[in-house]
Amino acid sequence: MTADSAKTNAAKTNAATTDAAKTVVSITDLDVSFATDAGTVRAVDGVSLNVAAGEVLAIVGESGSGKTVTAKSILGLLPETATARGAIVLSNRAGTSTNDVLSLSKKQLRGIRGSDVSMVFQEPSTALNPVYTVGWQIAEGLRAHGDYSRAEAKAKAIEILGRVGIPDPKTRVNYYPHQFSGGQKQRVVIAQALVLNPGLIVADEPTTALDVTVQAEILDLLRRCRDEFGTAIVLITHNMGVVADLADRVVVMYQGEVVEEADAVTLFQNPQNDYTKRLLASVPHIGQGVLQTAERASAREASWANAAPVVVADHLRIEYPGRFGRSAFVAVDDVSFEIRAGEVLGLVGESGSGKTTIGRAIGGLTKVSGGSLKVLGHEMNGVRERVFKKTRSDIGFVFQDPASSFNPLLTIAECVAEPLIVHGRARDPRSARKRVDELLEAVQLPASFGDRYPHELSGGQRQRASLARAIALEPSLLIADEPTSALDVSVQARVLELFAELQREFGFAALFISHDLAVVDLLADRIAVLYHGTLVEEGTGAEVLGAPQHPYTQRLLASLPVPDPVEQAARREALHTLRAAQTAAS
Amino acid sequence: MSAETQRPETKPRMQEPRKQSLLARLPVVHQLRQSVGLQRGMLIAGLIITAVYVISAVFAQWIAPYGFAQLRNASGPFGSQQPPSPSHIWGTTVGGYDVFSRVIWGAQTALEVMVVAIILSIFIGVFLGLMSGYLGGWLDRILVVIADAIYAFPSLLLAIVMSIVISGGQSSLWGGIFAAAISITVVYIPQYFRVIRSEAVRIKNEAFVESAMVIGASTPRIMFRHVLRNSTRTLPLIFTLNASEAVLTLAGLGFLGFGIEPTAAAEWGYDLNKSLSDVTSGIWWTAIFPGLAIVLSVLGVTLVGESLNDLADPRLRGRRAVAAAPVAAASDSEPVDVAPVAAKSGDSQ
Amino acid sequence: MSSLTAQAAPETAAESTTSFKKQRTGGGLGRYIVVRFLLIIPTIFILVTLVFFLMRLTGDPITAALGGRLSGSQLHERIHAAGYDRPILVQYFEYLGQIATGNFGTSISDNRPITTILVTYGAATLELAFYALIVAFIVGIPLGMLAAYFRDKGQDAALRVFAILCYATPVFFAGILLKLIFSVWLNVLPVAGRASTGSEFEMQDLPNKTGFYLIDAFQTGDPAVISDVLLHAVLPALTLGLLTAGIFLRLVRTNVIGTLNTDYVDAARSRGVSEYRLVRKHAYKPALIPIITVIGLQIALLLSGAVLTESTFEWKGLGFQLAQYLGARDFVAVQGIVALLAVIVALTNFVVDVAAAIIDPRVRY
Repeated sequence: MTADSAKTNAAKTNAATTDAAKTVVSITDLDVSFATDAGTVRAVDGVSLNVAAGEVLAIVGESGSGKTVTAKSILGLLPETATARGAIVLSNRAGTSTNDVLSLSKKQLRGIRGSDVSMVFQEPSTALNPVYTVGWQIAEGLRAHGDYSRAEAKAKAIEILGRVGIPDPKTRVNYYPHQFSGGQKQRVVIAQALVLNPGLIVADEPTTALDVTVQAEILDLLRRCRDEFGTAIVLITHNMGVVADLADRVVVMYQGEVVEEADAVTLFQNPQNDYTKRLLASVPHIGQGVLQTAERASAREASWANAAPVVVADHLRIEYPGRFGRSAFVAVDDVSFEIRAGEVLGLVGESGSGKTTIGRAIGGLTKVSGGSLKVLGHEMNGVRERVFKKTRSDIGFVFQDPASSFNPLLTIAECVAEPLIVHGRARDPRSARKRVDELLEAVQLPASFGDRYPHELSGGQRQRASLARAIALEPSLLIADEPTSALDVSVQARVLELFAELQREFGFAALFISHDLAVVDLLADRIAVLYHGTLVEEGTGAEVLGAPQHPYTQRLLASLPVPDPVEQAARREALHTLRAAQTAAS
Repeated sequence: MSAETQRPETKPRMQEPRKQSLLARLPVVHQLRQSVGLQRGMLIAGLIITAVYVISAVFAQWIAPYGFAQLRNASGPFGSQQPPSPSHIWGTTVGGYDVFSRVIWGAQTALEVMVVAIILSIFIGVFLGLMSGYLGGWLDRILVVIADAIYAFPSLLLAIVMSIVISGGQSSLWGGIFAAAISITVVYIPQYFRVIRSEAVRIKNEAFVESAMVIGASTPRIMFRHVLRNSTRTLPLIFTLNASEAVLTLAGLGFLGFGIEPTAAAEWGYDLNKSLSDVTSGIWWTAIFPGLAIVLSVLGVTLVGESLNDLADPRLRGRRAVAAAPVAAASDSEPVDVAPVAAKSGDSQ
Repeated sequence: MSSLTAQAAPETAAESTTSFKKQRTGGGLGRYIVVRFLLIIPTIFILVTLVFFLMRLTGDPITAALGGRLSGSQLHERIHAAGYDRPILVQYFEYLGQIATGNFGTSISDNRPITTILVTYGAATLELAFYALIVAFIVGIPLGMLAAYFRDKGQDAALRVFAILCYATPVFFAGILLKLIFSVWLNVLPVAGRASTGSEFEMQDLPNKTGFYLIDAFQTGDPAVISDVLLHAVLPALTLGLLTAGIFLRLVRTNVIGTLNTDYVDAARSRGVSEYRLVRKHAYKPALIPIITVIGLQIALLLSGAVLTESTFEWKGLGFQLAQYLGARDFVAVQGIVALLAVIVALTNFVVDVAAAIIDPRVRY
C-alpha cells in the first residue's frame, strides 16, 4: 500500500471515529424524465445509490448516461421540463436532520442548497458571474443562509479563498472573475462550494474544461476537501483517469441505469459488467504505441529517410494581429519540424499552445507571419490562394467538432462528394455517388447513410464521414485537429482504430493534433510537444514519453492520470516530487 | 423504419422521420405544431389577426361599401363629420369620406407598401450582408460604418428625407406607394444587412465552411452553397418585425403629410392627421377606427414574429409537460439533443 | 480550440502578473473611450453627406420653398444669391466646412439660423424626452423583470401583450386616444401645449430663463404655474414614454431570461440564493449591459417619436418645428435640423457605449 492511499484510509477512519460512518445522501429508485421536442425521454431510470460521509463517490458514464442529471437532482436543480420520481434523502453535516429533496418546497430547497449540499461546475468561466467580484459572490452564499455583516462575510471569503490555494486572498477577494486564470477560477468555484461547510459537494466534471496540468492541481484540491474538510464528494466524470485518481467508490451508469457499483480498486482490477469492461478497455494508455511504432519503423525502406519531406517548418512564426493598435499576439514562435511521406507526427500541447494554429497554417487557413513553412513543395509564407488551390486536392483535413463539420442542409453524400466536384473528378453529387459509397464503406459506414442529413448521425458516425471526405481525393497529407476530443471514450477508440487502418491502407502522411498524450502515443511515429507557442521537445514515442527531457514534458506526462488507482497513487507522489523539484529549481 | 438502421453502430431512432411532408416544413406551420400553451395561443392570435388584415386588404373592393375617394352616392353627398349611422357604419370624415371604406382601403395600401418594401430590402440587405460578412476586409468595414450610421438614425426622419427625394413629398397611387416603400427600404436595409452579416461571420468560422475552404472550393460556391443557405434562419423573424415597422413608418409619414394624397389611395396616417382637430370637439369616430386598424395590423404581425422568435430559441421555447415516460424512448446511445444548434438570442432589436 | 487566438493572450497574462492587470484594465477603458470617440466622426460625416446629397437630388431648396410664389427671374436671383447655382461639390465642401464650425444653415421660410432654432426649441424636446425616459424606466424595467420572473405564465403573457400594444400603437394615435379620454371626455388634463398662456406669461420675464418649463415654473415659485406645467406634461410624457417602455420591457425580459439560463445563475441557485435575488442581482446586472447598448439605439426611436408626439400635442420643440418646416417645404431648415439631430444621436450613442463599458468589468479593449 502506498503512502497516499494510507493517508486516505487514515482520514476515513478519522472521520468514522468522530461521527460514525453515516450516509450523507441516499438515492432510492430515482426516475427522471424530460419533455423534449421529440417527446418524453427518460434520462434516469431506477437509480439507487448511497454516499457515506467523507467519501468520494464517482459516477462514471458516457454522454447520455444520465450521470449529470442524477447529480443535479441531489440539489433539486433540474430544469422545469424535467419530472423526477423516487426518493433522495439528504442529511445535513451533523446528521441531525434529513430531507427528501424531491418533496421539498422551493423555500426548503433553498435552505439546504449551499449549507447541506453544494455544487462545483464543469466550466469555471461560466459558473462565475462576470460583473461581480468573487468576494461578493462568496459572501452572497453566506448571507443567503444566515446573518453575516458585510465585514464578517468578507473575512470568511478571504479565509476560504486562502484555504483553496488562492495566493494573496486579501487583495484578490475584490477581483472580478476575468482577472483569474481558468484553474484559479475553478478554485474560486470550489471555495464557494466549501464556504458553508456542507457535508456533500456535487462536482460535475470539475476538471473537463481544464488542461491536464491544471487538472492535477484541482484534483489535489478536491482530495483536500475530503481529507481536511471531511466533505463527501459526488464526482461526475467520463474520465477514468480522474476516477482512478480521486474516487473511493465508483458507480458506472449506462443509458440511465446503474450497471455496476464497486470500490475503486476492485472496479479497475476486476470489472464485472460487460459495459464496464469495454469502457475500461477503450481508455488509451501511455506506452501502447511503442511496439506498433517500432514495427512501422522497421518496415520502412532505407531510402525513406532521404526522400523529400511532405511538410517542413523552419523557424515558423505565426501572429494574430492585435485589435486597436494592440501589439500582435504571437501564437507560434520559432518552431521547426518536418513530416516525411507516410509518417504520422503527433502534435501535443495544452490550450493556447499553438498546436491548432500550426495545423491551420499547413491547411492554408491561417497566414504565416515569419520563417518558412513548406507544404508539398509550396512555400506557405506569402502564398496566394490561386497558386495553392491545386495542391489542396493533396491535403485532407478533419476538424475537431463533429457537430459543425458538415453543412446541416446537405446530405452526407453531398458533403463527401464536394471535394470530388470541386476538383473536377465528378460533375455533380449523383455521378460521384459510386465513389462516395466506396469511401463510406472504407470508413465502415453503410452506403445508405449517404442519404442522411448530418444531424441524423451520431458524433462518431459524423467523424467517420469526416474522414471519408478527407480521404476522398487520396491525399498525401492529412491534418487531423483533435478529431476525437469531442467523442466518448468508447467511440474514440473505434475512430482511432479506423484512423490507423486508413493510414496503413492509403499511406498518407499525417499531422495528428491532440491534447491527450495517450491518444497521440497510440498513433504517432513521432511526437512533438508545444508549450506557449514554442516546440519544447520532439522525438519518437519511446523517447518523448519514456524519457522526457524538457521540464514541461515531464510535468505534462506526470500530470496525466492513468486508469488504475494503485498506479495512479504512485504517479501522484511522483508528480508532487517533480513539482517540488521544479519549483525549487526555478 | 428502414432496413439500414439495423446495421452495426446504428441504434433504432424513434423520432425524426426521414423527411417531413412539405406542409410540415413550411416555416410557420412547423412552428405552430411545435408550440404549446401560451406560446401557441399568442401565435394563433397573431395569425388570426394577420389573416383578417390580409383578407380585408386583398378583398377591399368587395368589402368596402364605397370607394376610398367617394364623396357622394345616388342619394347625394355623404356630408362631413357625420356620426356612425346605418349608411355609414363608422361615420364620415371631415373631408366627407366614409370612414369604414377608407379603413378597409387603407389596409390595401399598407399591405402594398409592406410587400414592396420588404422585397426590396430583403434582396439588397441580404446580398450586401453576405458579401460584407463573408469577404470581410475594407468593404466590410465601410459597409458596417455606413449601416451603423443609418441604423442609429431616427428612421422616420430618414424616411421623410427619402420621400422628399423620391416624390417631392406628395404623389399619386403607385408613385406614392413606391416612394413610401423605398423610403422604408432604405431604413431597413441596414437591419437585414446587420443580421445576415453577423450570421455570415458566425458561419464563416464553422468547421463545415473551413472544410470547404481546405477542400479548395471557390469563394462564390462557399458563399452561396454553404453560408447563404445557413444564414437565413432568422429572416422570418426580422421579416415580421419589419412588416410591422413598415406599417408604422407609412402611417408616420402620412401623419406628417408625406404620404399619399387622399384621392390617390386611402392611408391611415393621413386620416389620423385630419382627425386631430376633430378630437378636441369630441368627434371620436374619425380617429378611433383608422388608429385601431394600425394597432391591430401591427399587433398581429408582431405577435407572429415574437412567437417565431421564442420558438426558434430552445431556451425560450416552452414544452409539453411530461406525462408518464415510456422507458424505451431513450434507447439511443447519443443523448437526445435537447437544444439542437443552439440559437443565439439577444439580437432583439 | 479554434478560438485560441483572442482569448489565450489575456488568459496567460492574467496568470503571470496580477498587480499589473488592474492598471491595464484602467488604461483599456481610456483607450476604448478615445477609439469610440473617434468613431463618431465617420458616423456624423456619413449621415451629413447622405442627407446633403439626397436633399439636393430634388433640386435647389429655394425653388421647393418659394416656387409658386415668386416669378422666374426673382427665383433665379434668390438662387444665385444663396449660391445654389454653383457646382454641387463646391456647395458640399462649403457645407462641410460650415458644419465643422457649428453652422447648420439658415431657414428659408423665416430666415432663422438653425442653431438658433436649436437653442429656442431644443429645451422643449429635451424636457419631453426626459419625461418620457422616466416613464419608460419606471414602467419598462420593473415590468420586464417581472415578466422574466413569471416567464411563460399568465402574468408574463399579459405583460408581453401590453409591451406589444405599447409598440404597436403609433404615438400619434396613442396621443389622440389619451387626449380623447382625459381631455375631452373626462376633462381633467389640458388638450395641448406646454403650458397655459397665463403660465407662459408669468415665466416670460424670468431673469434666468432656461427653456425647461419645469425649472422655470419652480423659479416663479407659483404653485399654480408648477401644477399647470406638470399637468401639461402628463399626456405627452405618457404617449412617448409608453412607446419606449414597451421596448424596454421586451428587452429586459429577453435579456434577463437569457442570463437566467447561464451557469452562474445555476451556481448561485446551488448556493441557496433565492429566485427573487437571482433575477434582481445575478441576472439583472449582466443583462443590463446589452440593454444599455440597445437603449442607445432607442434614442433614434425616441427622436422619431418626439417628432410625432410634439406634432400631436403642439408641444413646441424641435420635432414640432421640423414638422412645420416640412409643411412649408423649407428643406434647408429640414436638412439643418436633421443634420443636427444626427450629431446628437451620434454623441448619445457614444455616451451610452461608454456607460456600458464602465458597467462591464471585462472591458479590456
